[in-house]
Amino acid sequence: MDTTCAVRMEEVTKTFGPVVANDRVTLEIRKGEILSLLGENGSGKTTLMNMLAGLYFPDSGRIFVNGKEATIASPKDAFAHGIGMIHQHFKLVNVLSAAENVVLGLEGGALLDIREVSRKIREIAEKYGFSVDPAKKVYDMSVSEKQTLEIIKLLYRGAEVLILDEPTAVLTPQETEKLFDVLRVMKKDGKAIVIITHKLHEVTSLADRVAVLRRGTFVGEVAIGETDAAELTNMMVGRQVSLNIDRSEPENTAPRLKITDLTVVDDEGVTKLDHVNFTAFGGEILGIAGVAGSGQKELLESIAGLCPVKSGEILYTPEGKKPSNLVGKTPMQIKSAGVAMAFVPEDRLGMGLVGGMGMVGNMMLRSWREGGGAFVHHKDPNALAKKVMDELEVVTPDVNYPVRRLSGGNVQKVLVGREIATAPSVLMSAYAVRGLDINTSYTIYNLMNQQKKNGVAVIFVGEDLDVLLELCDRILVLYDGKVSGIADARTVTKEEVGMMMTHLGKGGEADA
Amino acid sequence: MTFLDAAVALIFNAILNGAPLMFGTMGEILTEKSGNLNLGVEGMMYMGGAFGIAGAYYYGRMAGENASGALAILIALLFAFLAGAFGALIYSFLTITLRTNQNVTGLALAILGTGAGQFLGEYMRIREGGYVAVSIALKDQFQNPVFPAFLQNIPVIGKIVFGHNLFVYLGIVIAVLMTVYFKKTRWGLNLRAVGESPATADAAGINVNRYKYLATVIGGGISAIGGMVYIMTIAGGVWNHEGLAGEGWLAVALVIFCLWRPLNALWGSALFGALMILYMRVHLPIPDEIYKILPYVVTVVVLVITSMRRKKEDHPPESLGNAYFREER
Repeated sequence: MDTTCAVRMEEVTKTFGPVVANDRVTLEIRKGEILSLLGENGSGKTTLMNMLAGLYFPDSGRIFVNGKEATIASPKDAFAHGIGMIHQHFKLVNVLSAAENVVLGLEGGALLDIREVSRKIREIAEKYGFSVDPAKKVYDMSVSEKQTLEIIKLLYRGAEVLILDEPTAVLTPQETEKLFDVLRVMKKDGKAIVIITHKLHEVTSLADRVAVLRRGTFVGEVAIGETDAAELTNMMVGRQVSLNIDRSEPENTAPRLKITDLTVVDDEGVTKLDHVNFTAFGGEILGIAGVAGSGQKELLESIAGLCPVKSGEILYTPEGKKPSNLVGKTPMQIKSAGVAMAFVPEDRLGMGLVGGMGMVGNMMLRSWREGGGAFVHHKDPNALAKKVMDELEVVTPDVNYPVRRLSGGNVQKVLVGREIATAPSVLMSAYAVRGLDINTSYTIYNLMNQQKKNGVAVIFVGEDLDVLLELCDRILVLYDGKVSGIADARTVTKEEVGMMMTHLGKGGEADA
Repeated sequence: MTFLDAAVALIFNAILNGAPLMFGTMGEILTEKSGNLNLGVEGMMYMGGAFGIAGAYYYGRMAGENASGALAILIALLFAFLAGAFGALIYSFLTITLRTNQNVTGLALAILGTGAGQFLGEYMRIREGGYVAVSIALKDQFQNPVFPAFLQNIPVIGKIVFGHNLFVYLGIVIAVLMTVYFKKTRWGLNLRAVGESPATADAAGINVNRYKYLATVIGGGISAIGGMVYIMTIAGGVWNHEGLAGEGWLAVALVIFCLWRPLNALWGSALFGALMILYMRVHLPIPDEIYKILPYVVTVVVLVITSMRRKKEDHPPESLGNAYFREER
């Protein structure tokens, strides 16, 4: 075995129920090297690294640390083996200072010597070129400072292998550069570093070696000097698969939503959408592609009025009516103007449905205003629920059966069915087929196509490129909150879309 | 009586009457620092009062003439602590292990505790012929000042600083110890992390459930001592039907008033003690009832004012009231 090998994973498999997250993955992490773990959303990168960090335990396979077989069953075990991971969601206590967060949970004497801890923190900071104030409270810190603190926490515990899960997702370009400098110093110091990312330019500028995962399997690894972005993209997205989704030619298209210079900044001050420009037409399906967190959520929410817009314009033109700007309108006004959103977040019940209520109750969430006085109308929602149940083949014992107890696919049908029933002129859906079986997925595709034929402007945010390529008419690719490109879904290749997802393309000029 | 004398008497009695609140509040602070909101303070204090007097009374009867005051105090402390700790243990099992709703469980404990305390007290009273009171000699041991007379005779401050019974000073010691524990020790830091962000504590290798159990059970015991102090000092070592007059509920409010800091509980409880006895000490031409609602009015005002606090340090522990589920592994 290579003497510089820090950690070796052999034939590691992890399943969650029927889903295989990692299938016999073999990976080597070396000292004094930055390894980049590359892959699309859901390709199993984070799961694989969570097994090293002690959050998950592999179903089968072996892990070697410094050549010796190791069992890592908890984060404590991982620390003991010198492995530390920085997750996307920081694990810090807000009201405690940096130094207090660092010593949290460590063994030692009863009395804390915060001064000594602070001295050691400064020592580490000096060695690797961090800037940190040990007395600063976490709630006063910027995102980048919090990340620095997480790294120091690991170094303080003597970590030799550092795993960073998409560390740059929350950073500004300047902060990213600073982080990379620190990582390079740590590499020189002999630490083994793994960085999970799907931004290709970061991979090429930072890493020494790239390992690519696709759908839970190990595709291959290359040294950074022997490859280029095109090859890496091909490894990431794989070959195009034919799905045979019916797709009609768009008819009678008319501009429905014209978005100009839309910019959204979140509470942390991070720019989530940066001067986004595009037009969605009635009678076509506009697909939105991009790696997770590129601004898809913010885009849909700002159109629906749920997310404050910093600048820009959303011009909405209903059929035969005058255009109006949606920015500044309440969600209720936007909805009644005919913009429907069937947003399916990670937990399907999170937004849009009330788990404890039946189909009828959930239908009423849209129509409760139409009742007479204090009483709601039950008859119409009841009929609507029955209609949705029959037409979309929702499997439920009764229309009043709590939707929480339905299977995921049926929940999604209820959600999409209700939104379509409002006869919208813009239908937005996000991850509408996530976790669904093939047949149910096709039912949803057909629903989208039906809406398109009715002249609705359908915006379909998806993760599966094969689906986007076959279902949509045009695909808009978001990268880091910017429009990386808009392509004709009939002619573009999967590789081209993949490149746009990982690289900033020419921008929104393709808007035609 | 001069104005100064009246002021000294008011302050002295305020501290005396605030002592039970002080224990109730400090116990609840320890509990809430672990992220558990135990609304059962009234119940635990009630049990502490009943079991405390039972311990002292039966020890006094058994020992007769030779009864040792120190031993009686120790027994009363121990019984009260164990009774409260037992109540808090039930609460902990339900909320930490079974993850029931903390508010509902706490309210249930308040009812259970007052019921159990009332039952024990009345049972004793009937069995002992209608009257349960510790002997005068023992009672004095609970109520007499601990410092020598010459210190108490220092003008003005003598009585206020050195004139109190043992429990006031015990409370001060506990407050100081708790402050050191929270601020200076590793375990105190870990406990705060558990109450603020259990997921972070868990990831750092801290046993979240153990900290929650220990803080809640010990906190319950400390609260219950307050009930015993009330019965043995303010109520005069006699079991009456009045119970604690709602001191446990005041303690819950006082925790917020004190911004979860044990040292604030010292003067906070004295302030509330003063409000409770104001009607006997300050005579204005208004009905007594107005005086008696003062502590509650102040509580409402304080809740309004503290809800406007800006500093993060003054906020309740972030995960207060939430059960901790470790994420799916």
